[in-house]
Amino acid sequence: MEWTDRGIVLSARKHGEGSAVVSILTADHGRHAGLARGGASKRLRGLFMPGNEVTARWFARLDEHLGTFECELIASRAARVMDDPARLAALASACALIEAGLPERHAYGVIHGALIGLLDALESGAPNWPEVYVRFEVTLLAELGFGLDLSACAVSGATENLAFVSPRSGRAVTAESAGPYRARLFSLPGFLIGAAAAKGADIGDGLALTGYFLNHHLFAAAGGRLPPARERLLDRLANPRGLD
Amino acid sequence: MAGPEIDALIQCLARLPGLGPRSARRAALVLLKRREALLEPLRRALEAAASAVRACPICGNLDSIGPCAICADSTRDASLICVVEDVADLWALERTHSFKGRYHVLGGLLSALDGIGPEDLAIAPLIARAKEPAVKEVILATSATVEGQTTAHYLTDRLAGLPLVISRLAHGVPVGGELDYLDDGTLSAALKARRPL
Repeated sequence: MEWTDRGIVLSARKHGEGSAVVSILTADHGRHAGLARGGASKRLRGLFMPGNEVTARWFARLDEHLGTFECELIASRAARVMDDPARLAALASACALIEAGLPERHAYGVIHGALIGLLDALESGAPNWPEVYVRFEVTLLAELGFGLDLSACAVSGATENLAFVSPRSGRAVTAESAGPYRARLFSLPGFLIGAAAAKGADIGDGLALTGYFLNHHLFAAAGGRLPPARERLLDRLANPRGLD
Repeated sequence: MAGPEIDALIQCLARLPGLGPRSARRAALVLLKRREALLEPLRRALEAAASAVRACPICGNLDSIGPCAICADSTRDASLICVVEDVADLWALERTHSFKGRYHVLGGLLSALDGIGPEDLAIAPLIARAKEPAVKEVILATSATVEGQTTAHYLTDRLAGLPLVISRLAHGVPVGGELDYLDDGTLSAALKARRPL
């Protein structure tokens, strides 16, 4: 068994003295793990940093084996965001979410594309990268079968003035229909329905929204919790200058 | 094939870095054949190290005295604290003979994958040391990896507000390195960190 594909490194766990079990998100082979010989060595450790884009050749005698990776660096994306704590936290969070949330060996081309788009935004330092990050999490939810329906109000069917999301159904609700339940609903940031660029608390609202559904559907359901890297991103965005 | 004592010795040696079961067998055989020249000195050294070497209560360095020789050395610059991930990094910096301040060993890096959070590292003692009036600069010498830099940013946040300079090691072209062989990330970092001549 053998294939070659482009992918993004998600994680590398040291295996033995110098090798590493590397997890890579590829376009055609999904999240795939393999043994990288020498992957934890001083020479190759930098290659297997989360966020790095690589050409990966995977081979094994049988398909169900762990297999071996041989990788070549395409773009050292991690190094380009290391100076910025918030962008670095976003990169680490995105990789950790995919690593923890995606089933192995199932192609998710859309998620791969969304991660590439996010990495491009982080790398370029585009001011709207937090919006791109929230959209990435919305895409992650949708591709895993827990998509939010933000097209119309769950109560009235109206498509205008959508302002909230129901935590029960994941569907949008208008301000008028929210009525007394407003306090129990999530605020729907306008940039998620194409209304405008993010402003004020929009990013925080968006992360609270996606965080709830990611946790509810992906992690809490399996007895886990959101990765600490995502919590650090929230801390970073909520308090960009200091943590306490 | 061998007695239980020899098996136990081989198993212990095989756990050491750089040694697998085969090389552990060879090492055990050499030790047993050269009992007086190798085995007995090794036994004495192991016993001495096990009974005497402890982590320094101030910086986390390994030494047989507490505080360690570096912390106890009054000629070293007490205004500089260099934060390292592990004792191996401290030894690496000491080999350069170019740093005359003191150290602080974190004992690891923040890692989502391995579940290592701030409470698992020696961060609280670092904050306490940084608050001492004598300390003027904290150098973050964590590795240039995602985990290393995440830890450095976290420490920067925790140390923010204290009246001291927070610096980090430069990232870029290594001595003897050729540009053509460097990855684009290292080159980008080197360009960003350029300085006037």
